[in-house]
Amino acid sequence: MSNVLILVDHVGGVVPKAIGELATFGKRIGDVTAVICSSKSAELVPQLSAFPISKIIVCDGVEFEKYSVGATAQALSAILTKENPAAVLISSTARGKEIAGRLAVRCDSGLITDAIDIDSSCIATQSVFGGSTTVHSVVSHGTPIITLRSNSIEVDVGSSSPVVENFSATFDGIDKAVVSSVEPAVKGGRPELTEASIVISGGRGTDGNFAPVEAFADLLGAAVGASRAATDAGWYPHSHQVGQTGKTVSPQLYVACGISGAIQHRAGMQTSKTIVAINKDPDAPIFDVADFGIVGDLFAVLPQASEGLKKA
Amino acid sequence: MKIAVCVKQVPDSWAEKKMGSDGRLDRANVDAVLNDLDEYAVEEALKLVEANSPTGEAGEGSGHSITVISMGPERASEAVRKALSMGADDAIVISDESLAGSDALATSLVLAAAIKDGGFDLVICGTESTDARMSVVPAMLAERLGFAQLTFAGSVKLEGSSLVISRQTEFGIENMSAPLPAVVSVVEKINEPRYPSFKGIMAAKKKTIATKSLAEVGISAQKPWSEVKDAAARPQRGAGVKVSDEGDGGNKLVAFLQERRLA
Repeated sequence: MSNVLILVDHVGGVVPKAIGELATFGKRIGDVTAVICSSKSAELVPQLSAFPISKIIVCDGVEFEKYSVGATAQALSAILTKENPAAVLISSTARGKEIAGRLAVRCDSGLITDAIDIDSSCIATQSVFGGSTTVHSVVSHGTPIITLRSNSIEVDVGSSSPVVENFSATFDGIDKAVVSSVEPAVKGGRPELTEASIVISGGRGTDGNFAPVEAFADLLGAAVGASRAATDAGWYPHSHQVGQTGKTVSPQLYVACGISGAIQHRAGMQTSKTIVAINKDPDAPIFDVADFGIVGDLFAVLPQASEGLKKA
Repeated sequence: MKIAVCVKQVPDSWAEKKMGSDGRLDRANVDAVLNDLDEYAVEEALKLVEANSPTGEAGEGSGHSITVISMGPERASEAVRKALSMGADDAIVISDESLAGSDALATSLVLAAAIKDGGFDLVICGTESTDARMSVVPAMLAERLGFAQLTFAGSVKLEGSSLVISRQTEFGIENMSAPLPAVVSVVEKINEPRYPSFKGIMAAKKKTIATKSLAEVGISAQKPWSEVKDAAARPQRGAGVKVSDEGDGGNKLVAFLQERRLA
């Protein structure tokens, strides 16, 4: 039976749901081996028994969090040589993609990024060009290295008792970048934008006042996004920008408030399962992709909706 | 610093991107522009040189140089010309028929060869291009060149012979540093790209764009590492229900969400 490697990452010692998704996809291909390259491995191992994982490889010997992604890529490439898996699955985060890219170079293997599905023969599905085109692709040289977008599959939750192995990793210092300090994102209780199942976004129509957007988002436990107009104007951080030069999100629900819906914004959200739009302009292009559109002022609609949610 | 800024010519972001029947992005039938984030990379190169130049300006007398490097068909030189108008010194375009349809592994292999060949000690890129949006080429370049990787930078500073960046991730900021040589990739928040001045546009016409074939950078054509099996246009989303807010818009929204079990 073939095996599949998945790379475990964490946010402040917590393993995100996206890793459960990697394990769920991996199980279609073979037995799942989870690789941990982190000084927090002791905290992470117990969390992995919630996912369908057969084996955990804990790398020690390198202070992974101190170095740039080059150290993790090097350790993972040594494990790939040893385990000879049918595929390597990694989260499609900024860090995950860079590790995957370096691994692909080291192992002379093909790389497919941002897949939304993968089948038992490693044929990946990608949604490209802002979601307008669906592609099936496959790695034809080396070990398939695939990064997967979060929110793509229901996690197969169960409990497993994975075997734990240690691996002595080395780092030859190919990458001399070091981390001197870390500033975690101010949590504020909101989910991370690309992992959230609901996103409420504000655009030019907020005129700089995101309070109604945030209040509505908080009632739904949602993440807050912003259009490029809003981030360029300095109304919301660039890290929250949704669109062609920002993040791509595909949540269960996307509510666009005061966003006209130019093609560059739509490219970042039009594969969301349900789209709602609120805009004063009845001809705003956002209405072309909205399942439910309200022609109106977000400063009237959102507070009323927030009241309605509180009563429910 | 001998700086290489890697840029790519991509379909205009206003254009609808389509897949050709050969499983490749149809680049011929759309307007092409310099990739958005690459403008920010060029701007950051200019700012770094200006901050470390006795004249306060880039170009001759600054003690540094900025070369724009691009892999693409002949028309890529139009995009490169824009970077030159902003103030870069010269350019290299690597062009070869066998490079059509290249993936990130091939692109990084070719760019790395050109960078090694040119003896650059600092490479600056945008984090990703708006067509493929992989965000992996800068990391692959760092791996191939053995340069320090300082990517997703929201700020860059030269301190002595080391570069210091604030790396932006979904989960927070990592402050990182490394000695040169390094590969840096920049995110949008890092700066505001300057508009080329008339003087800059005229000067760009006289700047050198050297074209090189694969053989001239010492690489032979590679077999692809992955392939597209099929591609299909996703069915268009149908427009749904549209209502007007007549003092009840918020209530209608809540009703819709509850009906769909989203709230």
